[in-house]
Amino acid sequence: MISIVNQFIKKVFDRLFGNKKHIKIGLYGPPNGGKTTIANRICTDWLGEEMGQVSHIPHETREVKVKEQINIKSGRKELSFSLVDTPGIATKIDYEDFVKAGLSTRESKKRAKEATKGVIDAIKWLDEMDAVIVVLDSTKDPYSQVNITIIGNLEARKIPVLIVANKVDLKKSNIKKLQAAFPQYEVIGVSAKYGTNIDRMYEAFFTIAR
Amino acid sequence: MITLQFIPYSDIENLTPEKRIKKLLDVVKEDRILLLEGRLAKEEEAGLIRTTMEAINGRFKGIEISVVSSNSKGHGLLKKIQKNIVELLSGPRSGITIIGPATIVKEIKKDPDKIQLLTVEAKRNGLNGKRKRRK
Repeated sequence: MISIVNQFIKKVFDRLFGNKKHIKIGLYGPPNGGKTTIANRICTDWLGEEMGQVSHIPHETREVKVKEQINIKSGRKELSFSLVDTPGIATKIDYEDFVKAGLSTRESKKRAKEATKGVIDAIKWLDEMDAVIVVLDSTKDPYSQVNITIIGNLEARKIPVLIVANKVDLKKSNIKKLQAAFPQYEVIGVSAKYGTNIDRMYEAFFTIAR
Repeated sequence: MITLQFIPYSDIENLTPEKRIKKLLDVVKEDRILLLEGRLAKEEEAGLIRTTMEAINGRFKGIEISVVSSNSKGHGLLKKIQKNIVELLSGPRSGITIIGPATIVKEIKKDPDKIQLLTVEAKRNGLNGKRKRRK
Protein backbone atom coordinates (compact mmCIF):
# COMPACT_ATOMS: atom_id res chain seq x y z
CA MET A 1 0.00 0.00 0.00
CA ILE A 2 2.79 2.43 0.99
CA SER A 3 4.68 1.64 -2.22
CA ILE A 4 1.60 2.49 -4.29
CA VAL A 5 1.24 5.83 -2.48
CA ASN A 6 4.96 6.55 -3.04
CA GLN A 7 4.67 5.61 -6.69
CA PHE A 8 1.66 7.88 -7.11
CA ILE A 9 3.43 10.82 -5.40
CA LYS A 10 6.52 10.26 -7.59
CA LYS A 11 4.39 10.28 -10.74
CA VAL A 12 2.60 13.49 -9.71
CA PHE A 13 5.95 15.21 -8.92
CA ASP A 14 7.50 13.99 -12.15
CA ARG A 15 4.61 15.41 -14.12
CA LEU A 16 4.54 18.71 -12.23
CA PHE A 17 8.26 19.43 -12.34
CA GLY A 18 9.12 17.76 -15.59
CA ASN A 19 11.60 15.28 -14.12
CA LYS A 20 10.42 12.63 -16.51
CA LYS A 21 12.85 12.35 -19.38
CA HIS A 22 11.90 8.94 -20.69
CA ILE A 23 8.86 6.85 -20.28
CA LYS A 24 9.05 3.11 -19.90
CA ILE A 25 6.56 0.91 -21.69
CA GLY A 26 6.56 -2.68 -20.47
CA LEU A 27 5.50 -5.85 -22.22
CA TYR A 28 3.80 -8.15 -19.73
CA GLY A 29 1.83 -11.36 -19.98
CA PRO A 30 1.93 -15.11 -19.48
CA PRO A 31 4.68 -17.18 -21.16
CA ASN A 32 4.47 -17.81 -24.92
CA GLY A 33 1.96 -15.04 -25.62
CA GLY A 34 4.40 -13.40 -28.02
CA LYS A 35 5.90 -10.56 -25.96
CA THR A 36 9.35 -10.88 -27.49
CA THR A 37 7.91 -11.31 -31.00
CA ILE A 38 6.09 -8.00 -30.48
CA ALA A 39 9.25 -6.42 -29.00
CA ASN A 40 11.19 -7.61 -32.07
CA ARG A 41 8.51 -6.22 -34.39
CA ILE A 42 8.65 -2.80 -32.66
CA CYS A 43 12.45 -2.71 -32.60
CA THR A 44 12.77 -3.87 -36.21
CA ASP A 45 10.21 -1.33 -37.41
CA TRP A 46 11.74 1.64 -35.56
CA LEU A 47 15.36 0.75 -34.82
CA GLY A 48 16.14 -1.74 -37.55
CA GLU A 49 17.27 -4.46 -35.14
CA GLU A 50 15.69 -7.22 -33.08
CA MET A 51 15.45 -7.24 -29.29
CA GLY A 52 15.57 -10.89 -28.27
CA GLN A 53 15.37 -14.50 -29.24
CA VAL A 54 12.02 -16.27 -29.56
CA SER A 55 11.22 -19.95 -29.14
CA HIS A 56 8.23 -22.30 -29.05
CA ILE A 57 9.52 -23.57 -25.69
CA PRO A 58 8.04 -21.44 -22.87
CA HIS A 59 10.22 -19.13 -20.77
CA GLU A 60 12.67 -18.27 -23.56
CA THR A 61 12.91 -14.77 -22.05
CA ARG A 62 14.18 -15.27 -18.52
CA GLU A 63 15.52 -11.85 -17.74
CA VAL A 64 14.15 -8.34 -18.10
CA LYS A 65 15.49 -6.65 -21.25
CA VAL A 66 15.39 -2.92 -21.95
CA LYS A 67 15.72 -1.19 -25.30
CA GLU A 68 16.31 2.52 -24.81
CA GLN A 69 15.17 5.43 -26.92
CA ILE A 70 12.66 4.07 -29.37
CA ASN A 71 11.00 6.88 -31.34
CA ILE A 72 7.77 6.06 -33.10
CA LYS A 73 5.80 8.37 -35.37
CA SER A 74 2.22 8.43 -36.42
CA GLY A 75 1.20 11.38 -38.58
CA ARG A 76 2.46 14.47 -36.73
CA LYS A 77 2.70 12.69 -33.41
CA GLU A 78 5.98 11.40 -32.02
CA LEU A 79 6.61 9.23 -29.02
CA SER A 80 9.93 8.40 -27.39
CA PHE A 81 10.14 5.57 -24.92
CA SER A 82 12.18 2.71 -23.52
CA LEU A 83 10.74 -0.72 -24.21
CA VAL A 84 10.95 -3.27 -21.42
CA ASP A 85 10.50 -6.90 -22.40
CA THR A 86 9.76 -9.05 -19.34
CA PRO A 87 9.77 -12.79 -18.69
CA GLY A 88 6.34 -14.45 -18.83
CA ILE A 89 4.51 -14.50 -15.52
CA ALA A 90 3.47 -17.97 -14.41
CA THR A 91 2.30 -19.62 -11.20
CA LYS A 92 4.09 -22.91 -11.90
CA ILE A 93 7.32 -23.99 -13.52
CA ASP A 94 8.17 -27.66 -13.97
CA TYR A 95 11.52 -28.55 -15.50
CA GLU A 96 9.99 -31.78 -16.83
CA ASP A 97 7.94 -29.70 -19.27
CA PHE A 98 11.20 -28.48 -20.81
CA VAL A 99 12.50 -32.06 -20.98
CA LYS A 100 9.33 -33.01 -22.89
CA ALA A 101 9.98 -30.10 -25.23
CA GLY A 102 13.35 -31.65 -26.11
CA LEU A 103 15.88 -30.07 -23.76
CA SER A 104 18.33 -32.13 -21.72
CA THR A 105 17.58 -32.65 -18.02
CA ARG A 106 20.48 -30.37 -17.08
CA GLU A 107 19.39 -27.61 -19.45
CA SER A 108 15.79 -27.99 -18.29
CA LYS A 109 16.66 -27.63 -14.59
CA LYS A 110 18.80 -24.58 -15.35
CA ARG A 111 16.01 -23.06 -17.48
CA ALA A 112 13.44 -23.70 -14.72
CA LYS A 113 15.65 -22.04 -12.11
CA GLU A 114 16.25 -19.01 -14.31
CA ALA A 115 12.55 -18.84 -15.21
CA THR A 116 11.48 -18.65 -11.54
CA LYS A 117 13.90 -15.76 -11.02
CA GLY A 118 12.58 -14.14 -14.20
CA VAL A 119 9.01 -14.17 -12.89
CA ILE A 120 10.14 -12.56 -9.61
CA ASP A 121 12.03 -9.85 -11.54
CA ALA A 122 9.09 -9.17 -13.84
CA ILE A 123 6.85 -8.58 -10.81
CA LYS A 124 9.47 -6.32 -9.18
CA TRP A 125 9.68 -4.22 -12.37
CA LEU A 126 5.94 -3.49 -12.34
CA ASP A 127 6.51 -0.38 -10.20
CA GLU A 128 8.95 1.03 -12.76
CA MET A 129 6.48 1.10 -15.63
CA ASP A 130 4.71 4.19 -16.97
CA ALA A 131 2.45 2.17 -19.28
CA VAL A 132 2.07 -1.52 -20.00
CA ILE A 133 1.13 -3.57 -23.02
CA VAL A 134 -0.35 -6.82 -21.80
CA VAL A 135 0.29 -9.42 -24.48
CA LEU A 136 -2.18 -12.29 -24.47
CA ASP A 137 -2.44 -15.28 -26.77
CA SER A 138 -5.83 -14.86 -28.45
CA THR A 139 -6.15 -18.64 -28.91
CA LYS A 140 -6.03 -19.26 -25.13
CA ASP A 141 -8.54 -18.94 -22.29
CA PRO A 142 -8.47 -15.26 -21.24
CA TYR A 143 -9.92 -15.94 -17.78
CA SER A 144 -6.67 -17.35 -16.34
CA GLN A 145 -5.81 -15.95 -12.93
CA VAL A 146 -2.37 -14.86 -14.14
CA ASN A 147 -4.00 -12.52 -16.68
CA ILE A 148 -6.38 -11.19 -14.05
CA THR A 149 -3.59 -10.73 -11.48
CA ILE A 150 -1.34 -8.86 -13.93
CA ILE A 151 -4.12 -6.52 -15.06
CA GLY A 152 -5.43 -6.09 -11.50
CA ASN A 153 -1.96 -5.10 -10.26
CA LEU A 154 -1.56 -2.55 -13.05
CA GLU A 155 -5.00 -1.18 -12.25
CA ALA A 156 -4.08 -0.93 -8.53
CA ARG A 157 -0.90 0.99 -9.47
CA LYS A 158 -2.85 3.27 -11.86
CA ILE A 159 -0.62 2.25 -14.75
CA PRO A 160 -2.29 2.67 -18.16
CA VAL A 161 -2.91 -0.65 -19.90
CA LEU A 162 -3.29 -1.71 -23.51
CA ILE A 163 -4.25 -5.31 -24.19
CA VAL A 164 -2.77 -6.80 -27.33
CA ALA A 165 -4.39 -10.03 -28.46
CA ASN A 166 -1.64 -11.74 -30.39
CA LYS A 167 -1.74 -14.65 -32.87
CA VAL A 168 -4.89 -13.52 -34.71
CA ASP A 169 -3.52 -15.38 -37.74
CA LEU A 170 -4.34 -18.69 -36.04
CA LYS A 171 -7.68 -20.41 -36.58
CA LYS A 172 -8.41 -20.80 -32.87
CA SER A 173 -8.01 -17.06 -32.23
CA ASN A 174 -11.00 -15.57 -30.42
CA ILE A 175 -10.70 -11.83 -29.82
CA LYS A 176 -14.35 -11.45 -28.87
CA LYS A 177 -13.85 -13.74 -25.88
CA LEU A 178 -10.86 -11.68 -24.82
CA GLN A 179 -12.79 -8.43 -25.21
CA ALA A 180 -15.63 -9.89 -23.15
CA ALA A 181 -13.16 -10.83 -20.39
CA PHE A 182 -11.67 -7.32 -20.19
CA PRO A 183 -14.39 -4.93 -21.41
CA GLN A 184 -12.89 -1.93 -19.62
CA TYR A 185 -9.74 -2.01 -21.80
CA GLU A 186 -8.97 -1.45 -25.42
CA VAL A 187 -8.10 -4.80 -26.97
CA ILE A 188 -6.22 -4.80 -30.26
CA GLY A 189 -5.87 -8.01 -32.21
CA VAL A 190 -2.52 -8.40 -33.98
CA SER A 191 -0.29 -10.97 -35.51
CA ALA A 192 3.20 -9.97 -34.43
CA LYS A 193 4.59 -12.72 -36.64
CA TYR A 194 3.03 -11.39 -39.84
CA GLY A 195 2.62 -7.72 -38.88
CA THR A 196 -1.18 -7.75 -39.07
CA ASN A 197 -2.78 -4.65 -37.49
CA ILE A 198 0.54 -3.46 -36.05
CA ASP A 199 -0.13 0.14 -37.12
CA ARG A 200 -3.25 0.19 -34.96
CA MET A 201 -1.18 -1.02 -32.05
CA TYR A 202 1.30 1.85 -32.58
CA GLU A 203 -1.61 4.32 -32.67
CA ALA A 204 -2.78 3.01 -29.31
CA PHE A 205 0.68 3.58 -27.78
CA PHE A 206 0.01 7.32 -27.98
CA THR A 207 -3.14 6.90 -25.93
CA ILE A 208 -1.58 4.90 -23.09
CA ALA A 209 1.65 6.92 -23.00
CA ARG A 210 0.00 10.33 -22.52
CA MET B 1 -7.18 -39.21 -2.75
CA ILE B 2 -7.53 -35.47 -3.03
CA THR B 3 -7.85 -33.37 0.13
CA LEU B 4 -9.70 -30.08 0.09
CA GLN B 5 -9.10 -27.66 2.94
CA PHE B 6 -11.38 -24.73 3.65
CA ILE B 7 -9.94 -21.63 5.28
CA PRO B 8 -12.40 -18.98 6.46
CA TYR B 9 -11.28 -15.41 5.86
CA SER B 10 -11.26 -14.79 9.62
CA ASP B 11 -8.24 -17.16 9.85
CA ILE B 12 -6.06 -14.80 7.81
CA GLU B 13 -7.77 -11.49 8.47
CA ASN B 14 -5.35 -10.25 11.14
CA LEU B 15 -2.18 -11.55 9.56
CA THR B 16 0.35 -9.44 7.66
CA PRO B 17 0.35 -10.02 3.86
CA GLU B 18 3.57 -12.07 4.16
CA LYS B 19 2.10 -14.30 6.88
CA ARG B 20 -1.14 -14.72 4.93
CA ILE B 21 0.75 -15.89 1.88
CA LYS B 22 2.91 -18.22 3.96
CA LYS B 23 -0.13 -19.75 5.67
CA LEU B 24 -1.83 -20.43 2.33
CA LEU B 25 1.28 -21.79 0.66
CA ASP B 26 2.03 -24.07 3.61
CA VAL B 27 -1.33 -25.76 3.08
CA VAL B 28 -0.79 -26.14 -0.68
CA LYS B 29 2.71 -27.52 -0.15
CA GLU B 30 1.12 -30.34 1.83
CA ASP B 31 -0.61 -31.39 -1.39
CA ARG B 32 -4.01 -30.05 -0.38
CA ILE B 33 -6.38 -28.03 -2.51
CA LEU B 34 -7.20 -24.87 -0.64
CA LEU B 35 -10.58 -23.18 -0.66
CA LEU B 36 -10.25 -19.71 0.81
CA GLU B 37 -13.30 -17.69 1.71
CA GLY B 38 -12.93 -14.40 -0.14
CA ARG B 39 -9.88 -13.25 -1.99
CA LEU B 40 -6.46 -11.73 -1.57
CA ALA B 41 -5.72 -8.14 -2.53
CA LYS B 42 -4.21 -7.71 -6.01
CA GLU B 43 -0.79 -6.93 -4.53
CA GLU B 44 -1.05 -10.03 -2.34
CA GLU B 45 -1.84 -12.15 -5.40
CA ALA B 46 1.36 -10.86 -7.01
CA GLY B 47 3.15 -11.56 -3.71
CA LEU B 48 1.77 -15.08 -3.72
CA ILE B 49 3.18 -15.69 -7.22
CA ARG B 50 6.55 -14.25 -6.16
CA THR B 51 6.72 -16.39 -3.01
CA THR B 52 5.61 -19.44 -4.99
CA MET B 53 8.49 -18.92 -7.43
CA GLU B 54 10.93 -18.68 -4.53
CA ALA B 55 9.59 -21.95 -3.10
CA ILE B 56 9.80 -24.02 -6.30
CA ASN B 57 12.14 -26.98 -5.97
CA GLY B 58 12.36 -30.60 -7.09
CA ARG B 59 9.15 -31.50 -5.28
CA PHE B 60 7.05 -28.34 -5.30
CA LYS B 61 6.35 -27.17 -8.87
CA GLY B 62 4.11 -24.21 -8.17
CA ILE B 63 0.39 -23.59 -7.92
CA GLU B 64 -2.81 -23.28 -9.88
CA ILE B 65 -5.05 -20.50 -8.66
CA SER B 66 -8.48 -19.16 -9.53
CA VAL B 67 -10.84 -16.70 -7.93
CA VAL B 68 -14.55 -17.19 -8.29
CA SER B 69 -16.61 -14.12 -7.69
CA SER B 70 -20.34 -14.19 -7.16
CA ASN B 71 -20.75 -11.00 -9.16
CA SER B 72 -18.28 -11.50 -11.99
CA LYS B 73 -20.94 -11.48 -14.72
CA GLY B 74 -22.09 -8.35 -16.52
CA HIS B 75 -20.33 -5.06 -16.98
CA GLY B 76 -23.10 -2.49 -17.29
CA LEU B 77 -23.33 0.55 -15.05
CA LEU B 78 -25.91 -1.15 -12.83
CA LYS B 79 -23.65 -4.19 -12.44
CA LYS B 80 -20.68 -1.97 -11.56
CA ILE B 81 -22.68 -0.14 -8.89
CA GLN B 82 -24.00 -3.47 -7.58
CA LYS B 83 -20.44 -4.85 -7.52
CA ASN B 84 -19.11 -1.81 -5.64
CA ILE B 85 -21.87 -2.05 -3.04
CA VAL B 86 -21.26 -5.78 -2.54
CA GLU B 87 -17.49 -5.18 -2.20
CA LEU B 88 -18.10 -2.34 0.24
CA LEU B 89 -20.32 -4.50 2.41
CA SER B 90 -18.47 -7.79 2.22
CA GLY B 91 -14.90 -6.51 1.62
CA PRO B 92 -12.41 -9.14 0.62
CA ARG B 93 -14.74 -11.89 1.86
CA SER B 94 -16.80 -12.01 -1.31
CA GLY B 95 -16.17 -14.92 -3.65
CA ILE B 96 -13.87 -17.87 -3.14
CA THR B 97 -10.23 -18.49 -4.00
CA ILE B 98 -9.09 -21.93 -5.08
CA ILE B 99 -5.39 -22.72 -4.85
CA GLY B 100 -4.00 -26.14 -5.66
CA PRO B 101 -0.50 -27.58 -6.02
CA ALA B 102 0.53 -27.81 -9.68
CA THR B 103 1.49 -31.45 -9.16
CA ILE B 104 -2.17 -32.24 -8.46
CA VAL B 105 -4.20 -29.55 -10.22
CA LYS B 106 -3.25 -29.38 -13.87
CA GLU B 107 -5.57 -26.56 -14.80
CA ILE B 108 -8.45 -24.55 -13.41
CA LYS B 109 -10.81 -23.56 -16.18
CA LYS B 110 -13.08 -20.68 -15.40
CA ASP B 111 -16.01 -19.32 -17.25
CA PRO B 112 -18.09 -16.76 -15.45
CA ASP B 113 -20.69 -19.48 -14.78
CA LYS B 114 -18.67 -22.55 -13.86
CA ILE B 115 -15.32 -23.77 -12.68
CA GLN B 116 -13.53 -26.97 -13.67
CA LEU B 117 -10.54 -28.53 -11.94
CA LEU B 118 -8.45 -30.77 -14.14
CA THR B 119 -6.36 -32.94 -11.88
CA VAL B 120 -3.24 -34.95 -12.47
CA GLU B 121 -2.69 -38.30 -10.84
CA ALA B 122 1.01 -38.73 -10.45
CA LYS B 123 3.26 -41.73 -10.62
CA ARG B 124 3.18 -42.33 -6.90
CA ASN B 125 -0.52 -43.18 -7.12
CA GLY B 126 0.27 -46.25 -9.18
CA LEU B 127 -0.54 -45.00 -12.67
CA ASN B 128 2.89 -46.00 -13.97
CA GLY B 129 3.67 -42.50 -15.08
CA LYS B 130 0.52 -42.00 -17.11
CA ARG B 131 -1.34 -38.80 -16.50
CA LYS B 132 -5.04 -38.94 -16.04
CA ARG B 133 -7.46 -36.09 -16.56
CA ARG B 134 -10.54 -35.70 -14.46
CA LYS B 135 -13.32 -33.20 -14.73
